[in-house]
Amino acid sequence: MTVWEWLAEPWSYDFMIRATVTTVVAAALCALLSCWLVLIGWSLMGDAVSHAVLPGVVLAYVVGAPFALGALIFGLIAVTLIGAVRSTSRVKEDAAIGIVFTTLFALGLVLISVTPSQTDLNHILFGNLLGVGDEDVLQVLVLAVLAGAILLVKRRDLTLFAFDPTHAHAIGLSPRRLSALLLGLLALTSVVALQAVGVVLVVAMLIIPGATAYLLTDRFGRMLLISPIIAVACSVIGIVASFWLDASSGAMVVLTQGIVYALVHLFAPRRGLISTASARRRRTRATAAATAGVGTATQPLR
Amino acid sequence: MLFRADAGPRPAVGDPGDTDPPPAVLVEDVTVHYGAVHALDRASLTLAPGRVCGLVGMNGSGKSTLFKTVMGLVRPDSGRVEIDGLSPQQARRRGVVGYVPQSEDVDWAFPVSVRDVVMMGRYGRQNLVRRATAADRAAVDEALERVELTALADRQIGALSGGQRKRAFVARGIAQQASVLLLDEPFAGVDKRSEATISRLLRELAADPDAPRTVLVSTHDLHGLPQLCDEAVLLMRKVLMHGPPETVLRPEPLALAFGLDVLSDHRGPDPADDREDGR
Repeated sequence: MTVWEWLAEPWSYDFMIRATVTTVVAAALCALLSCWLVLIGWSLMGDAVSHAVLPGVVLAYVVGAPFALGALIFGLIAVTLIGAVRSTSRVKEDAAIGIVFTTLFALGLVLISVTPSQTDLNHILFGNLLGVGDEDVLQVLVLAVLAGAILLVKRRDLTLFAFDPTHAHAIGLSPRRLSALLLGLLALTSVVALQAVGVVLVVAMLIIPGATAYLLTDRFGRMLLISPIIAVACSVIGIVASFWLDASSGAMVVLTQGIVYALVHLFAPRRGLISTASARRRRTRATAAATAGVGTATQPLR
Repeated sequence: MLFRADAGPRPAVGDPGDTDPPPAVLVEDVTVHYGAVHALDRASLTLAPGRVCGLVGMNGSGKSTLFKTVMGLVRPDSGRVEIDGLSPQQARRRGVVGYVPQSEDVDWAFPVSVRDVVMMGRYGRQNLVRRATAADRAAVDEALERVELTALADRQIGALSGGQRKRAFVARGIAQQASVLLLDEPFAGVDKRSEATISRLLRELAADPDAPRTVLVSTHDLHGLPQLCDEAVLLMRKVLMHGPPETVLRPEPLALAFGLDVLSDHRGPDPADDREDGR
């Protein structure tokens, strides 16, 4: 079997095509958003919101409303509660985030267990890529295009907000509104990605691609290109691998992203461990050579 | 230009029938609390256009709070703030106030170039997607030229030295066409030569006959103050003294604001400035 056959065979199945489209779209959207999350330092917030939307999704399912609506509402509740817990007690932000999102997540799990439905808990927790139907693909596409378009139109404002919210305020923008926008898009994105990799692993897709791209460039505009490209490539590789290994597809995608991050962390041209270490070694050697010359002269003083 | 020479560095008052122009910065009886912490207590300060004013006081004296109040980030419990005769909200919308943050408040590893940072000064004047027009690019080039960073414009912002970083943010204020510039501890971590460069730049910007800027600088560096400032303000939750630097910086007033051994021991900036107060 050639490499091409190995790559091509999975696509002869319709369910694989649907799975791939869903994952690629979700991964690209998550990757865009992750550029801002990583730079603002909101990775934990991404974790929190992506888990906290669960009860919203379940309730939306029960009453027959769009998942996105339920997710948005619970994303908002989560963020409000986190702010309230932090500002009305001596508890610090990371603890506040931990308290709120785990509680809401647990509420979601309880709701699933008491709701008579076909929905399998495992599918929500770990994604159900291979069971994605045409309708799901459509929903993911619509939401992703909407969220992606808003992100790209507002990208400069969001970047300014990430870099210097005080200046944003000084020139008449509203940092408060921009952060609300970003959190709302985070909730939307979580719903999109939930289908692909499940609640537990969404956070990986919301952090890893942006962090990887950050190690590769000093330009935010390029991060916005590199991050989705990496995420999309990892999705395709992960899905093909999961097909042949008969492994969990969502997990395989995230594992691939993690491996790519590790490679970049080690081998990135300027910021990788290898190149910084060898640069340091060169510097040390240069200094050693210089001091050795001086050292011989000052030897008697020791 | 030629005929302006005798008007001096200060802007001339318009028509003879006009009343005086409004002060560039007017802070009147402003009181601010953070919870139980009393940050500003009936502070009053008036600055005429084109003046360079040094804001001096120890950590927790309310310097940062005063800045935040002028920018409209903090709403005072009582009192009045006006910038160029506008409310802080109106002033924000017109981009009147430019801000140079403390070094500690900036993520220097952020993936933006010097030019990107200066362009952020133009956002308030751009359309929804902040697409740069030829005029925006020209304004950015001019601002970079003015602070002598043209050659470094495409570097990542953190690749600059301490003094160059400050100048990049000053350029942002120039591109913004701000008429009031606020600088929070611009000389912390900056070597003496860069400090002199920045001081000269700020003086030039204030004395610019086409667009005089009012410059308010908070600083711990008392020695450089007379070269930089037209006037100085001594802050200790309220304005203890406001006058020419040589008057304000005499030992007795300083002792009031800092305690007695100020000149031998002035501390470095504290990022938690106002919050430390009252504990």
